[in-house]
Amino acid sequence: MRTLLGLVGILAAVATANVGARQPSLTVSDAWARATVEGQTGSGIFLRLRSSEDAQLVGASSSAAERVEIHEMRVVNGMMTMRRIERLPLPAEQTVALEHDYHVMLIGLKRPLQPGRSVVVTLHWLDATGMRRATDVVAPIRALNADAGSAKGKRE
Amino acid sequence: MRRAIATLLALGAIVLATLVFTSDRPSAWRGASHESLLHGHDVSGEDWGADFVLSDPSGRERTLRDYRGKVVLLSFGYTHCPDVCPTTLAKFAEVRRLLGADAGRVQVLFVTVDPARDSAELLRAFVPSFDPSFVGLRGTPAQTDAAIKSFRARYQVVERNGDIEVDHTASTYLIDTRGKTRVVAPYDEAARQLADDVRELLRAG
Repeated sequence: MRTLLGLVGILAAVATANVGARQPSLTVSDAWARATVEGQTGSGIFLRLRSSEDAQLVGASSSAAERVEIHEMRVVNGMMTMRRIERLPLPAEQTVALEHDYHVMLIGLKRPLQPGRSVVVTLHWLDATGMRRATDVVAPIRALNADAGSAKGKRE
Repeated sequence: MRRAIATLLALGAIVLATLVFTSDRPSAWRGASHESLLHGHDVSGEDWGADFVLSDPSGRERTLRDYRGKVVLLSFGYTHCPDVCPTTLAKFAEVRRLLGADAGRVQVLFVTVDPARDSAELLRAFVPSFDPSFVGLRGTPAQTDAAIKSFRARYQVVERNGDIEVDHTASTYLIDTRGKTRVVAPYDEAARQLADDVRELLRAG
């Protein structure tokens, strides 16, 4: 009987450990925010995301702005359009760049973003089970004329 | 025999049509030889930009005639634009660097399509932060519409949940040293290609 109880105990411990081990992760790299000048009330944050499992980015927030949105940018027939999107799929182990086609948009900035400082934004995402999770990102502020994606030398 | 000639003529027509339609330099078929060297779309035959009257941040009225003697790179945008507009202005700064000694012969003009939010002060702070020589221009809503129409461009202010988003033409217009709009370059045209076109327009005078 004691053996049986012990076995149950071990199984319970293993099960708990397994739950703890299933820790989906969202890796953020190359994050930066574009500086603003006095009077500008919005700016973009650019970054790369890599999720350990199929996940979705569903929003963002920051104390630096009234509102933060995930935006999709397109140039179709020479016309630039920008729209808020509700969710951005993050396929398992794939790098998704929010650099040109997408960006994190800060709306209603409380003060100008000064180069050399940084801005903190919280990304809200759903893991593969649909559980809501949050990841904080510290984005250094780069000069207004920095080129999105230049960290990887994608553009000239 | 008549059928053979007809077949030959038809084949000839197909070959000619293929040559014309597969050429990636359509302007080369249209005339002046130097124009075939341009990367962007040649609009020399049009009269774009002729009706444009806007104000610089000091309040002075400007038309394309004011920049005669320089090649003008012009784009439309707004300062709240997070990616496209800063990317374009940063590209223009790169064009200037690529031009080296000719940099002083280029004038960049950034025309706001959001004059309600883009004040003269804001344009004065925003535009020269890419290069001190760059000039931001704004007008009344009517002047803005006229400038847009004059370049066959488009913009649209979209209000949604209190948010203002401005869709706009992201192309670059190249205006020659005589104030005539010559080239439209797509948004993704590289700085080096734009610099090539600027040099070509400077060479042609």
